Order: sequence, then structure tokens, then C-alpha cells
Amino acid sequence: MKVLSLNFLTCAVKACKSTSGSYPLHPKDAELVEDDLEINLDLLLNVMTRIDWTALSTTATELGFPSLPAQAPTKEELEGDEKMIKDLHHLLMETQMMEGKLVCGNCGHEYAVREGIANFLLPAHLV
Amino acid sequence: MSRPEDTLSADVHYDDTEARKYTTSSRIQNIQASMTHRALELLDLPSASLILDVGCGSGLSGEILSSLSPEEGGPHVWIGMDVSASMLDVALQRDVEGDLLLADIGQGVPFRAGTFDAAISISAIQWLCNAESSETSPAGRLSRFFNGLYASLKRGGRAVCQFYPKNDEQKKMITGAAVKAGFGAGLLEDDPDTKNAKLYLVLTVGAAVVGGKSGDITGVVQGMEGVDVLDGRNRGKSGSGEIKKGSKQWIVKKKEQMERKGKVVKATSKYTGRKRRIAF
Repeated sequence: MKVLSLNFLTCAVKACKSTSGSYPLHPKDAELVEDDLEINLDLLLNVMTRIDWTALSTTATELGFPSLPAQAPTKEELEGDEKMIKDLHHLLMETQMMEGKLVCGNCGHEYAVREGIANFLLPAHLV
Repeated sequence: MSRPEDTLSADVHYDDTEARKYTTSSRIQNIQASMTHRALELLDLPSASLILDVGCGSGLSGEILSSLSPEEGGPHVWIGMDVSASMLDVALQRDVEGDLLLADIGQGVPFRAGTFDAAISISAIQWLCNAESSETSPAGRLSRFFNGLYASLKRGGRAVCQFYPKNDEQKKMITGAAVKAGFGAGLLEDDPDTKNAKLYLVLTVGAAVVGGKSGDITGVVQGMEGVDVLDGRNRGKSGSGEIKKGSKQWIVKKKEQMERKGKVVKATSKYTGRKRRIAF
């Protein structure tokens, strides 16, 4: 599970839909794996506009990465900055969460992650 | 044609053997590939995008998404959802590039608003029409799915869902649920009235006009070869607006209405709605 996906996932429990605490999900006991992928600049630029930078900073800190700059880079800044592209690509695409749990900040529901697959199946009373 | 969705739920039907059979069958692989290419054509993505694969199974369609060359607008990054753990297991062994989620689409789509550029679904959503427990109904599952999907797509985004409806009723139920969720919905049928008929539900989010084309399916297929557009949206309106009050047509319509309500209505004859002869 890429860090990119973690930036988009929210708690699936019905009661959490309307609360702000359900996003982002907090990784717990995470085991990370690093892949080697080619940089896809088009996609990175495309996705950057949609990334929630505060949530990404939180996730990055919780996963033990050095803290990110306070402001998200703009498109122009990013296009000119080779190192920034590389760093973001490494964090968003190449870092994968293989094992652990994703915890909702609101209801505390734990979604297990095994072999990189998060289990979002819910018992019927929570749907 | 066998319909496994009539007998079992998706996670039970696709056990280890079924999942392997499904993925290794070259016939299924071919059909899936051609349907994925067709869906991509309908999505018409300009550049590398983030795509949701609904009911990704073993990643047969996802593989195509990540293998597109930059000239074809790829390679896309995708996130797949599926309810069958065995299918996902096969996907892991095949080492697909997208992220996988074990999730039931009938329980909603657990992504925040505006996440995806597009969504694709190959032979999956007909499974929503079968609810196997008393707690859920097909209508409820469909509405949760389409509401979740609508929210998770960005404005101007599109979703293409290929599915196998059992009958017209199911077709109506699925499109109805999509329209209710707010989508602009249309159906595209390839090879109609043959054994290989394939039905694609094309869903659009927001954006009435995109680049001079209308935002719904008629805009999507504009410029495509061999597509006949049958627009049934205005048919009902123009019919009822022209009936003049007091005319024979109007009387017959009213009688039909009353009959439907269970009232006793006199039979319609050639004298119905006729003027009486002037007595003097």
C-alpha cells in the first residue's frame, strides 16, 4: 500500500463519514518496504493538486520520515526542483506499507494491513 | 450462460480454485482485455491519472492500466477494490503494480472526496444486485456504492462500468441507482442482440459541457465510429404536453389512470368523448 493511497483513504464506518477525525487514518506498527520505480512526472504533477499536504505531513511523521516543508510546493516550483520531485516520488510511490494497522482517529477502528492489502470489510452494524 | 451471482456471494464463489481458473483462462483474459481497452477509450484520459478499479479481482484490467505507454496517456496508477481474498491473493502472486484493498463495494467506497480522475469496473457491479443476508438489500448496496463512487471522483471525472445485467429490470435498477446518486448516466451496448453483447454504463460527474461536447454519454461517444445514439430522455415529456384537456385522448388517459387506481371505469368505445347532438 503506497503512501499515496494512505493520503486518500478514510474510515469506512458510516458514523465517521461526517467527522473530521476520520481522516487521515493513522498507521500503527507499520512495516515499510521500499521499491524502485520509475519517476512518472505527469502523474505526480496531476496528483499533487489533490494531495492533502497537512495529512501527508502527519502520515510522514508517523511513519518516521523527516518532516516535510510547511507548505505544499506549487506546480512551477515542483517542475524546476529535481530533488523535490525525487523526494516526493520516493515518499508517495516507492514507499509501501506491507504490514501493520490503519487506525481511525475518530472511532478507533483498526484496519489490518497484510502483505500490502488493507482489509476494509466491515461488520454489518457499522455500515 | 451461467450466472454465479445468482447462487453465491462474490467472496464465497471466488475461492482459491475459482480465482485461479478465472485468471488462467485465456478466453476470459482476452475478453477482459478487450473490455478494458474499450472502457479506456470511453474514459478518454488525457494524461497519466489515478484510477479506481472496482472489483479488480486478480488485476487483469489493472495490468493494462499500468502498462500503457506515455503516448497512450499512461502509465496510470490505480487502486483496486475487491471482496474476494482469493482473487487478491492471485493478484499478489502475479505482482501487479496497483494498490489493493479488500473491501465490499456494497459497503461504500472508503476514499475522501475528489480522489480519483476516473473509475473503471469490469464485470463486477451485477454482483451488487444480489444480497444474501436479511440485513442488506440490493437497492441499499447499490445506493451506498454509487454515492461513495460519486463522492470519490473529481468534478469532470468519469466512470465506466461494464456489467452483465440479468434482465431489463436489473439494468434499470442499476442505472436508476446511479442517476439517483447524481451521475449523468448512459448505457453503451456493443454488439447488441448477439451472444457477445457487452453493456457499458458510462457515468459522468458534474461539468455540463467539456470542450464543446456535452458532459454526458452523448458527448463521450461523439466522434466515435459506429455508435448510434438513442436519446430517450425527452420522449415522455413531449408526449404528455401536447394532449389537450377535454379531448378524447385526454379522457382515455384519465380513464386509464383511474383504472390503474383500481376504480371501476366504463369501457372505451367509439362514442367516448364525442359531443352530443344539438337537440334544437
